[in-house]
Amino acid sequence: MYIKVNKNLCSGCEACLQSCPYDAIVMKDGKAEITELCQLCRACLSVCPEGAISEVKEASDARETAQGKGVWVFAEQRDGKIAGVSLELLGAGKGLAEKLGTELVAVLFGGTAGDAQELIRWGAERVFHCDDPLLSAFNDEPYAALLSKLIVEQKPEIVLTGATPIGRSFFPRVAAKLRAGLTADCTSLEIDAETGNLLQIRPAFGGNIMATIFCPHARPQMATVRPRVMKRGEYDPARKGEIVTVSAKGISSRTKVVETVKEVAETAINLQDANIIVAGGRGMGGEKGFQLLNELAAALGASVAASRAAVDEGWIPYRHQVGQTGKTVGPKIYIACGISGAVQHLVGMQSSDIIIAINKNPDAPIFSVATYGIVGDVHEIVPMLTKKIRDVKG
Amino acid sequence: MRIVVCIKQVPDSAEVRINPETNTLIRDGVPTIINPYDVHAIEAGLQIREKTGGKVTILTMGPPQAEAALRDAIAMGADDAVLLTDRAFAGSDTWATAYTLSKALAHIGADVILCGKQAIDGDTAQVGPEIAEFMDIPHISYIRKIVDVSTDKLVVQRLMDDGFDLLESSLPVLLTVVKELNVPRMPSLKGKMAAKKAEIKKMSAADINAAESDLGLKGSPTQVKNIFAPETKKDRKMLEGTGEEKINTLVKELVGLKCI
Repeated sequence: MYIKVNKNLCSGCEACLQSCPYDAIVMKDGKAEITELCQLCRACLSVCPEGAISEVKEASDARETAQGKGVWVFAEQRDGKIAGVSLELLGAGKGLAEKLGTELVAVLFGGTAGDAQELIRWGAERVFHCDDPLLSAFNDEPYAALLSKLIVEQKPEIVLTGATPIGRSFFPRVAAKLRAGLTADCTSLEIDAETGNLLQIRPAFGGNIMATIFCPHARPQMATVRPRVMKRGEYDPARKGEIVTVSAKGISSRTKVVETVKEVAETAINLQDANIIVAGGRGMGGEKGFQLLNELAAALGASVAASRAAVDEGWIPYRHQVGQTGKTVGPKIYIACGISGAVQHLVGMQSSDIIIAINKNPDAPIFSVATYGIVGDVHEIVPMLTKKIRDVKG
Repeated sequence: MRIVVCIKQVPDSAEVRINPETNTLIRDGVPTIINPYDVHAIEAGLQIREKTGGKVTILTMGPPQAEAALRDAIAMGADDAVLLTDRAFAGSDTWATAYTLSKALAHIGADVILCGKQAIDGDTAQVGPEIAEFMDIPHISYIRKIVDVSTDKLVVQRLMDDGFDLLESSLPVLLTVVKELNVPRMPSLKGKMAAKKAEIKKMSAADINAAESDLGLKGSPTQVKNIFAPETKKDRKMLEGTGEEKINTLVKELVGLKCI
């Protein structure tokens, strides 16, 4: 398919130029022309007052869609602990499987039979489990090779995993090998009622815009999904399912994991699992400002996060960064201190239940997503809040 | 050692804003830059060359204007550059992009391929690992430290959520890098002169023996269905009074909601 301008109808009004998010329309001899930058988003189709822009179907569009059945969730484990996002995907995957009238299947590499059983309790009807030591620590090549092999044998319709360092590194290899479409870092998944295609919604252009991606022909439809945006399914300790043991025979690797090193201090629990997060931005002024946040976090039993500005200043390490190029979090309470609220930060935290914004600039964009807004100097407000919390908690 | 760095020319996305009325991107006057992560990949390539000797080639796929990004990379110290440009590449998703780049890389020849961990316009982080699969070589993502590199193997640290992994790989290998890896150098005067004079090699679909059905839009399994503006929520309460009063109100609300 491609997009075409009917030159006879085009009035040269340039309305389509502004509508194109990819800058793919140029004016040539007073008429609009679609360039090779076109991504087929169709934004221009509806804005043309003359109806001069249309989509043109090609023979290759009719390429047969391979038959496939089942919604698969690749469940990620590290040191035998199943990632939270995997359980969220079992919740979301169940909804998709029901709409398609198909089964929900989990795939687990490493971990124990007990872990596989847990995946069933979280909603999987079947689990493909490989406990070969080659796969106990994450390694791209063997992970990609074995998952590809399973997909070729079983032909699932949809294959999902978390948009974590692990999922985002090895899923592309699988997609490349299988000639499958893969959409990164989705924040929402739906089934197109008409075609049954998976609609994959994700932020683009640094979160300034959302795009819906789909794979019209290629199967399986693959996606990595951002942690903390989907809800976990219901945990049922009595749920029964089938565990299929998979062999890693014939799978090899040219890379070797020599050592896995934990660097995160015990107090700094995983941001994505935190109930309360205290976050600081450029307004904190320096490491001393972050000390105030540490005290508030200690009083609340919270984790400390930061905007990119504070990380770039070197006040706090990168792994505390929340936002488009950092982590996406969704705690019960997110306290944003001295964070102006660039859209790149907002996309990483706006699904939090309660957002408290403290900023001296009343026009800061952070207030647009806040549940409670306090206009004031963080260096005064934060210590007062810490004291008050300590008083309340006794 | 043949080192190839794959880069992408991107709009400086920090400056891209959306017009809330027309729901379109405002990109007038938005400058293009080398994707920031790729600048760290270039620096890594130059540092490997300093250690092992060899040559650093920069590769990009894009419209003819992307030549500017290649010249910037040569100014940093790269030896030469290749621009993959052809109308047949139009509309490529990550699959088709990686396929096309892998064909060019096979042509150029590489022992170490470096990419930024992701591009700031698409943020997919997929093209690097996909290239490695097409070339049937290993890859390691999010490299934050190159511990050792020789002509037949390397040892690197991979950044993870909870720390890092130490990995060893044979060559050829593809690495995607994070910003912690290094501090990119500024272009030298000599580099800028070289960049001005450099002849940028151009390659088209015909030059890389690529199957037409695997290129551009036709070769792309994914398509964009539509685009829309993200939602923002609107039920905020601005707290009034002195600092003390604001804090009291806030804590009372939180206690009421059983949050504390």
